[in-house]
Amino acid sequence: MIGGLFIYNHKGEVLISRVYRDDIGRNAVDAFRVNVIHARQQVRSPVNNIARTSFFHIKRSNIWVAAVTKQNVNAGMVFEFLNKIVEVMSSYFGKVSEENIKNNFVLIYELLDEILDFGYPQNSDTGILKTFITQQGVRSQTKEETSQITSQVTGQIGWRREGIKYRRNELFLDVLENVNLLMSPQGQVLSAHVAGRIMIKSFLSGMPECKFGINDKVSMESKAKVSSDPSKGSGKTSIAIDDCQFHQCVKLSKFETEHSISFIPPDGEYELMRYRTTKDISLPFRVIPLVREIGRQKMEVKVVVKSNFKPSLLAQRVEVRIPTPLNTSGVQVICMKGKAKYKASENAIVWKIKRMGGMKECQLSAEIELLNTNDKKKWTRPPISMNFEVPFAPSGFKVRYLKVFEPKLNYSDHDVIKWVRYIGKSGLYETRC
Amino acid sequence: MTDSKYFTTTKKGEIYELKGELNSEKRDKKREAVKKVIASMTVGKDVSALFPDVVNCMQTDHLELKKLVYLYLMNYAKSQPDMAIMAVNTFVKDCEDPNPLIRALAVRTMGCIRVDKITEYLGEPLRKCLKDEDPYVRKTAAVCVAKLHDINPILVEDQGFLELLRDLLGDSNPMVVANAVAAMSEIVETSPTALKMLEINSATIGKLLTALNECTEWGQVFILDSIANYSPRDEREAQSICERVTPRLSHANAAVVLSAIKVVMKLLEMMDQSAGFAGTLVKKLAPPLVTLLSAEPEIQYVALRNINLIVQKRPEILKHEMKVFFVKYNDPIYVKLEKLDIMIRLTNQANIAQVLAELKEYATEVDVDFVRKSVRAIGRCAIKVEASAERCVSTLLDLIQTKVNYVVQEAVVVIKDIFRKYPNKYESIISTLCENLDTLDEPEARASMIWIIGEYAERIDNADELLESFLEGFQDENAQVQLQLLTAIVKLFLKRPTDTQELVQQVLSLATQDSDNPDLRDRGYIYWRLLSTDPAAAKDVVLAEKPLISEETDLIEPTLLDELICHISSLASVYHKPPSAFVEGRQAVRKALPPRSQSGEGEAVQAAPEAPVAPPQPQATVIPGMDSLTGDLLDLDLGGPSTYQPPAAVQPQPIGGGSMDLLGEGLDSLLGPSPVSGMDMGPGPRGGGVGDLFSLAGLVPTTSYVPPQETWIEAGKSKGMEVNGTFSRKNNQACMELTFTNKAMSPMAGFAVQFNKNSFGLAPGILNINTPLAPNAAANVTLALTTTGGVQKMEPLNNLQVAVKNNIDVFYFSCQVPLNVLFVEDGEMDKRVFLATWKDIPSQNEEQYTIANVEHSADTVTTKLRNNNIFTIAKRNVEGQDMLYQSLKLTNNIWVLAELKIQPGNNNFMLSLKSTTLDVYPGIYQSYDAIVRS
Repeated sequence: MIGGLFIYNHKGEVLISRVYRDDIGRNAVDAFRVNVIHARQQVRSPVNNIARTSFFHIKRSNIWVAAVTKQNVNAGMVFEFLNKIVEVMSSYFGKVSEENIKNNFVLIYELLDEILDFGYPQNSDTGILKTFITQQGVRSQTKEETSQITSQVTGQIGWRREGIKYRRNELFLDVLENVNLLMSPQGQVLSAHVAGRIMIKSFLSGMPECKFGINDKVSMESKAKVSSDPSKGSGKTSIAIDDCQFHQCVKLSKFETEHSISFIPPDGEYELMRYRTTKDISLPFRVIPLVREIGRQKMEVKVVVKSNFKPSLLAQRVEVRIPTPLNTSGVQVICMKGKAKYKASENAIVWKIKRMGGMKECQLSAEIELLNTNDKKKWTRPPISMNFEVPFAPSGFKVRYLKVFEPKLNYSDHDVIKWVRYIGKSGLYETRC
Repeated sequence: MTDSKYFTTTKKGEIYELKGELNSEKRDKKREAVKKVIASMTVGKDVSALFPDVVNCMQTDHLELKKLVYLYLMNYAKSQPDMAIMAVNTFVKDCEDPNPLIRALAVRTMGCIRVDKITEYLGEPLRKCLKDEDPYVRKTAAVCVAKLHDINPILVEDQGFLELLRDLLGDSNPMVVANAVAAMSEIVETSPTALKMLEINSATIGKLLTALNECTEWGQVFILDSIANYSPRDEREAQSICERVTPRLSHANAAVVLSAIKVVMKLLEMMDQSAGFAGTLVKKLAPPLVTLLSAEPEIQYVALRNINLIVQKRPEILKHEMKVFFVKYNDPIYVKLEKLDIMIRLTNQANIAQVLAELKEYATEVDVDFVRKSVRAIGRCAIKVEASAERCVSTLLDLIQTKVNYVVQEAVVVIKDIFRKYPNKYESIISTLCENLDTLDEPEARASMIWIIGEYAERIDNADELLESFLEGFQDENAQVQLQLLTAIVKLFLKRPTDTQELVQQVLSLATQDSDNPDLRDRGYIYWRLLSTDPAAAKDVVLAEKPLISEETDLIEPTLLDELICHISSLASVYHKPPSAFVEGRQAVRKALPPRSQSGEGEAVQAAPEAPVAPPQPQATVIPGMDSLTGDLLDLDLGGPSTYQPPAAVQPQPIGGGSMDLLGEGLDSLLGPSPVSGMDMGPGPRGGGVGDLFSLAGLVPTTSYVPPQETWIEAGKSKGMEVNGTFSRKNNQACMELTFTNKAMSPMAGFAVQFNKNSFGLAPGILNINTPLAPNAAANVTLALTTTGGVQKMEPLNNLQVAVKNNIDVFYFSCQVPLNVLFVEDGEMDKRVFLATWKDIPSQNEEQYTIANVEHSADTVTTKLRNNNIFTIAKRNVEGQDMLYQSLKLTNNIWVLAELKIQPGNNNFMLSLKSTTLDVYPGIYQSYDAIVRS
């Protein structure tokens, strides 16, 4: 299992060092610094074996978080855990930066002691951790309180405490989708997929049980069979989900057998579900590039962006990023809509359009002047990338229902105020040119 | 409140000042001081001098302060064992605290203090905590057992903690179960005694599967990893485990998903491959694997390394998912390289166009390694998919036109391989290649280019000039290039002998006289000699047909692959190395997949070259990748096997002398065998190095006793297939010698052999028959037998029920295995052990047999028995009669001791057998009888 855990700043100075196993010596801290952080060449793997000791690391902004071991550990688990640590830390004190880490080092040690025992990850749910790792100093806890804490930490419903009360029972549901696209210059879709997430903010009293229905093909079909109602053609409105993953509160075995998503929700904000679709994605935008090299010192770029959704909808924060060669000396841009600027530091023309309706078309043309270089290597054109936000789910994902049952308290499904929102964002949305 | 100020104190006399603060009356000041101490500790300052003062702060009801003091203790207790004792009382007291958080904290910390005296005191509190009413304390105590076992295994085993730990598997709280499982898995790995006690059986598996649904994500990983170590009794149990594990494939935590995949991949082996259940199971694996590729890049990396293994084991899982492995511009380089690897493996006729377009795109990227690998990949595509070869070659030519140095070099290397695969097809591009001679500065590229020139010397007009230009700097070249150059010039000479004589003289003298490299010198001598004695033979050798090269690259050797599949998600699967290669000390049992289910169609047997103890198969040469380890090890010449010529035609002929001044007679003896044994290594396929060894061993005549073949299936009863057979022992393995004779009118194919469960767990290896078997033809086959099959006691003990299948029907017969093929090679017992064992076995276990009418001396008998792995340990002569004391061991580790009495003048030998297992006696006697008479 994990033998030790170190956190470094960008210079390689140790901020946190916690050793869990006897086989990890003090020199391990330095070994990682010398061989990875200060390595002359860029490190080409997140796992490194140095003197028969394995180092796993992730780097978030300027901070290195490294786990070290001498055993054949579960590598997937180590990386999941490192990410979890970062998540826990940021939920306690915001951005994981050198300053914040130094300011909270006692808290971090306390957390590390709790969530990793002898190198085995323990309950690391932030909601629960916050109930008993508080940094508030001594709090005379009554016996009931402590036993409540321990039963939550170890409990079957480790993500929710008992006795939550709200005057207004509310539920916010966001369908967040990231559309990813890779398109050839000729407009052929090389790969496209939607990575979706269901984010829920719940403010519900007691221990409610929720049921969540979506327009997934499989569950719709099984439903159709039961109701044997052929008139309700589920063919068009349902979507094919390639794969989905759930928050630990969802009863997976029930999903497997009955295809229903039921769960006891954590309190507050959390990610209920992640899913991926690859079929019948409605791509909100299409980029048509045209690049012409005129001699060795000039290039002409023309980019057309077409929006492809209902005219009544508005896309926001549309941004097109057109890469330019490294030896660019000057750029003249003309665009009809939005603002376009050449950013030398980023080697790109950034074209921003605040709002754009559906079924519209915008155009940008630019002349790029190049310096003479004797660099033999050809410039490899990076793809044109796009960012945007649209108010619908490009995969066609629909929430069919979300029901709340709380048998012990006297509020029913109708009393809960529910809010549902669909947001489609660009993931890696690239067109080669 | 910020803590960063503690990092900045660098005053002199700091320790002294801290001491004062630690002993302050005010609690706040004390706490501040302890924080400063911990901060100093973190940055590596030595604050051990403050030990007593810090420990004094331990008795407090302030939880945060307590935790800090404990942290300090864990760090320094080992260096101050005597002082650490001061803490024991507080620990013991805390273990009784009404607050479960404090109880758990105490037991958690105590386990981390590796001081013997503290460990002594740990026993009682730990025992109590394992039975604590609070699950939080119990789950902490469970891990503490593993900690204690790490410090003092004997203590743990003697004081019954293992039983207590095992009891926790039935705990009502899922997290306690998960931690107990984690602790158990770790203990079991280091201690064989614990292994017996904590072995997971089907009852515990049930408990684990129940807890799986309810515990935390990490707990699920512990449980799944431990389920992966369990071998179900039969296919049904494997199926039911899979059914309960597959819901985990939808978990958000990648580690849970990967561990679930591991369990499924392992259990799949036990299932009927053709049945629907296995099919649906395989289908379920693809989506979660693809989803892993949208996780954080580090997790993607782990997933890709594992997918690389999974694709090799079961290519069908991801065969339609090529697109997801396309490289994204912003992927970190380690993800890019891994994706590329997998793309090559998934390439086939259907997707080649797309793949090629992608690869071309990649070859213009920035990262040198990535570009090189992409170029290489294009070459692999050409070799793998014949229809695409032309397009690949033209793509490579385009790339050569870019004149980017490393792209050109890499392209030349792969073009050489394409020439190997499709000879006489793309020579038109040679001229383009020759234009780029100057850019080649890497040995591999130079060597490849030289090979191409030598191979096609007759078509390149100025081949002699080109090679001559290389020859100028011969001494400065890499050995690989030198060897290629030597061979290429010899080829050139054989093709165009008239005008290249001078050149060949020059290279031969450079190689033999001016080089310190023995490989080069030897090759030089061999060529020289061949050329001067028999140019025709030289032509046969040097310009011989080359063996085919394989389509696949960098395949992991099957047994290692199987082992790595058992380690999915772990470090071993990331490194692609067995754990023993990077974990110190432990000699844990190497994991292996369960034997494949063979209950279904016979084809499954044939289609399973991965079966556990499969005999090495003849393989086509595999081209090693840039980082292939096995390739390097088995390959003597990095330049590729291409230049080596099969030695089959070589007949070392003694030379008359005279003409060959360089090679004196004295070298004859040296040279005689060398062309065969020395060069044999060259063309031997890289992957097949082991195969060579085996085939050599196979040539050694077996002296062990092989009964004559019997007819097992008569042609009349089996629609024309006659099977004769017997048993033998070869290469330390029991074998079945089979002769299949086709007495029907039509050819036969699809042979497969299957055994019923038997007393010794015999199971058939792979059946290699050249099919179809024509009418009236016969095929002799040696079928290696493993002893890892299902075990069931038979009557008589050595009875074996066999099913033989061909394209017509399935036929059954039973035969008796002569036990002597099951006597293993290490059956020789130490003399003293023999004596002790002989005494230990009660005398009622002794039985006597007579081997009548044999006329052999004691020595002949000894040799005969020795050849059949019956070892004579001592020989005594008592009153004129010879007493031989012998031992033997069966494959299932049953030892049998024997005493053989031989009297001169009496043709009856007396045999006494002694063993703990009486059932084997009749079989042993039969074997003795047969061997002695043979």
